[in-house]
Amino acid sequence: MTEVTSVAARRPSARWLRRARRTPTLVAGAAIMLAVVAVAVFSPTPYDPSAQDLGNGLAAPSLAHWFGTDQLGRDILSRVIAATGTDLRIAVLAAVTPFLVGVSIGLVSGYAGGRIDWLVGRVVDTFVAFPFYVLVIVVVFAAGTGERGIFVAYALVGWIGYARVIRAKTRSLCREGWVEAARGGGLSHVRVVGHHLLPNVLAQAVVLAMTEILLIMVAVVTLGYLGLGVQPPTPDWGTMISDGQLFLTTKWWVATLPGLAVVTTGVGLSLLGDGLADVWRLR
Amino acid sequence: MRWLGRSLLSVVPVVVGVVLCVFFLLRIVPGDPAAMILGDQATEASIEALRQRLGLDLPLGTQLWNWLVGIFTRGDIGTSLVTAQPVFELVWSRAAITAGLVLVSVVFTVVLAVPLALVAASHADGWLDQLVRVVPTIGMAMPAFWVGLLLILVFGVNLHWLPVGGVGTGPGEPLRSLVLPALTVALGMSPPLVRSLREQLLEVLDADFVVTLRAARLPRWRIDAHVLRNAAVPTVSLLGLNVAYLIGGTLVIEKVFAINGMGALLFSSISSRDFPVVQGIALVLALVVVVVSLLTEAVVALLDPRVRTA
Repeated sequence: MTEVTSVAARRPSARWLRRARRTPTLVAGAAIMLAVVAVAVFSPTPYDPSAQDLGNGLAAPSLAHWFGTDQLGRDILSRVIAATGTDLRIAVLAAVTPFLVGVSIGLVSGYAGGRIDWLVGRVVDTFVAFPFYVLVIVVVFAAGTGERGIFVAYALVGWIGYARVIRAKTRSLCREGWVEAARGGGLSHVRVVGHHLLPNVLAQAVVLAMTEILLIMVAVVTLGYLGLGVQPPTPDWGTMISDGQLFLTTKWWVATLPGLAVVTTGVGLSLLGDGLADVWRLR
Repeated sequence: MRWLGRSLLSVVPVVVGVVLCVFFLLRIVPGDPAAMILGDQATEASIEALRQRLGLDLPLGTQLWNWLVGIFTRGDIGTSLVTAQPVFELVWSRAAITAGLVLVSVVFTVVLAVPLALVAASHADGWLDQLVRVVPTIGMAMPAFWVGLLLILVFGVNLHWLPVGGVGTGPGEPLRSLVLPALTVALGMSPPLVRSLREQLLEVLDADFVVTLRAARLPRWRIDAHVLRNAAVPTVSLLGLNVAYLIGGTLVIEKVFAINGMGALLFSSISSRDFPVVQGIALVLALVVVVVSLLTEAVVALLDPRVRTA
């Protein structure tokens, strides 16, 4: 019996799972994110998120309405729950293109070096010079508000983080000798990059993706706050906070409580990223 | 001196890149700026007229040439569609208040982040260190504008300590008005800064010279003075790296506190669809970031002779 367990423990996936279970940050992050995703998918709203009750507008938090009601008498908790699906979906979808593009550019730039690397470096420097929100706001302005603008904006600016990190990692791997050995052994560039370098940088990219999704989510909420993101009547955390700011001095819950959803999701993503980095021994 | 020349030279491709980037960003993105400015009700003829007025009907190459000639020969970055003022004048009129807010924010950020990073690094892996590492995790998940609203609630609405919006006039009032917005920006800037600074300080504390000073039984405060001087280098360069992030964040916070700076100009130009002003703000801010990055590199070189010889 002991023989069997030790063999199983030597299998990489089993060892990974055991290490993962012993990493508190990963367990906490995964638990929070599972809960958030469940809320997003099943959307267990106590009330219809768009049902108005004008006689009961701006009601304080109570047993009937845990988060109170907004200026139109809509249940804030229901709207926060309904917005989870919208904001999380946009953040995750908007992260896909930058991930693919950024990892590819980083790998090629780090592996090829020379002129390609120089050019990529200057393009990255250029984009880095733009204040992040200014760039995103300008692109959203040009491409149109709402989901479309957000996707275009992130496809344009989101790849930079991956390109920088993956380029640096690839360059240091290339200096380790086994890359040259693989080339010397007759493997093509495509095979070296695709089959040997990519698996070695993927963990780093996935960890970074957690931070990027968090940044995109905060940006989506910020754009919503500025009136440039998800457009009403679709519930969105940023728009809710912006609407609530009008009543901040007297009805504090309208603007503040939706923010808790952002913080919870963000902490979940951050812990998940930190936990994965710990399990994969990236630090 | 050779170091300075090399730095200046390395900025040239970035400046060219920024100018090209602003030009293409608003043109390759799908959608017609003229149609967007005029809205849904516009007729084909009025869209065409505006395209001519903006020069958008010209071939892309000619547009680019006119844009470059305007910038590099006359410093002309466009004219507002709404007020017919030169964009540069509009931006300049708002620059002081935004620059003030950014400066106060930097001061707050340093005051907040450096001691926290020092405490964390000098108690590495102790409970204080753990605490300093957990708090930024939560901090990074908080949208800055929401933190601003919380600060307004606590310090403005409940405690009545500080003004909650606009910029006051009278002796000391403008500065008092900037406290909460700057604190908001600083709270947003600090988490990533504390993290990276802690890593770098750990290296300084492990450096040979610190071990030597300890062995020489120098008093604690004198060792700390040496460590701090060495910590100044990564602090300045990290601030330089984050200046773009800082400026972008400041613009959003202006909106929260109803401050009439460049952020307000950007947002009002967006709602009035004032294409040249939006374009001009993006250009000016990106160039400011390039210049500030260069300046921080110079300061780092002054503080750390190793950079100059490298």
